[in-house]
Amino acid sequence: MLKHRVIPALLLNQHGGLVKTTKFTNPKYIGDPLNAIRIFNTKEVDELMVLDIEASKLQREPNYALIEQFAGECFMPLCYGGGIRTIDQAYKIFKLGVEKICLQTAVLENLQLVRDLVDRFGSSAIVVSVDVKKDWLQRPKLFKSSNHQNSSSNWLTFIRDAVDAGAGEILLNAVDKDGTLLGPDLVIIEQASKEISAPLIALGGIASLKDIKQAVEAGASAVAAGAFFVFHGPHRAVLITYPQYQELLTLFNTK
Amino acid sequence: MKETKIYIPNLSLGNTKSVVNMINRLGGEVIIANTPDELLNAKKIILPGVGSFDVGMRELKDGGWIEALNKLVLQDKVPILGICLGMQFFFDESEEGILPGLSWIPGKLERFVSNEQNPIKVPHMGWNAVKVNKADGLIPQQEEELRYYFVHSYHAVCANSDHVIATAYHGSDVTAAVQNDNIYGFQFHPEKSHRFGMDLLKNFLSV
Repeated sequence: MLKHRVIPALLLNQHGGLVKTTKFTNPKYIGDPLNAIRIFNTKEVDELMVLDIEASKLQREPNYALIEQFAGECFMPLCYGGGIRTIDQAYKIFKLGVEKICLQTAVLENLQLVRDLVDRFGSSAIVVSVDVKKDWLQRPKLFKSSNHQNSSSNWLTFIRDAVDAGAGEILLNAVDKDGTLLGPDLVIIEQASKEISAPLIALGGIASLKDIKQAVEAGASAVAAGAFFVFHGPHRAVLITYPQYQELLTLFNTK
Repeated sequence: MKETKIYIPNLSLGNTKSVVNMINRLGGEVIIANTPDELLNAKKIILPGVGSFDVGMRELKDGGWIEALNKLVLQDKVPILGICLGMQFFFDESEEGILPGLSWIPGKLERFVSNEQNPIKVPHMGWNAVKVNKADGLIPQQEEELRYYFVHSYHAVCANSDHVIATAYHGSDVTAAVQNDNIYGFQFHPEKSHRFGMDLLKNFLSV
């Protein structure tokens, strides 16, 4: 049987340092990303996501030299996101040994880039990142991480359109849960997963194995987490962890 | 003698670098052949591949690779390992395209069908355990569960079940590994499957 993937999501700042945000703000420096990736590799993680959270904001190129180093250490699938706007950039990144790319800023207004990328590289290599933030009436809104504004488009419509354009996976991030360790937003996970046939990766708020299981039960194909895998204890000491394979097997096999 | 020098045809079909990274980690050497002529000294070949069937077959055909590969693999019996789409080329045809495959292994590629009776996610993406049918291939038969990373929307249906070395369950038993004499194929990505995949590539290096 296919297993639900559990994916550490690592964030990079503009200097190539590993950071962890809370609700998309206050990036806290955690350490050297290459070191973290090596540890995750030895822990045999299912997959790894590395997202440069400042590339699009600063309209900067992806850090190819760093991405190449990451790919050289990953004997599991690696997904890179941040600052990708063109086919050429995507091609360059795939050439470095990356399996998947993740897009948001460049495709929020126009999904044609998704279509073009899918034609060239296949659906399974293209992930569309969808950030959702609640407005003051607690209504979920599509959020633009590059300028921290809500988009006027309907978030569920956007997800459906992205999958129709060929996106192989949707990364759904609950902005209000980011870094809080307060548990996933099961409502939006359920709504999104009902909308699409493509795999949904749920991110945001995960703090326990139970949370992972609940996200899967709400319809996520895979669950990603940041703080849960890099912080330890009430004072958020940096400690890279990942569940044992047997723990995950037991988790998903018990009702 | 063990041949640890691996030739890889330089096609635009995706992720060669990951394969190179792992072969190097295992102590093997990789030679990227930029033309079919550069492939002719190969004693061992890996054909990786990500993308669509027709785009790949067209590139093999237009680049003159097919003649070189047929000679090396069918006549000289050079061991070849196809990974993912690379393996799919070994068959007669694919529902993904209209161009013929290499026809080294009888059979074809069928698209996964998801419906109410069998509501599977397509593509088959993620880690799956395999069941080994034959111990004499590259995949060991052992107690510990063997798991590999899969990403594909089309799966191989072999005309001769003897060619199916291992299967994975995704709505039904799906071909995960094939072998026909010196021709080996993995539907999953050994280069992205941690020590499980590393072991298989190590076995291919010592074939």
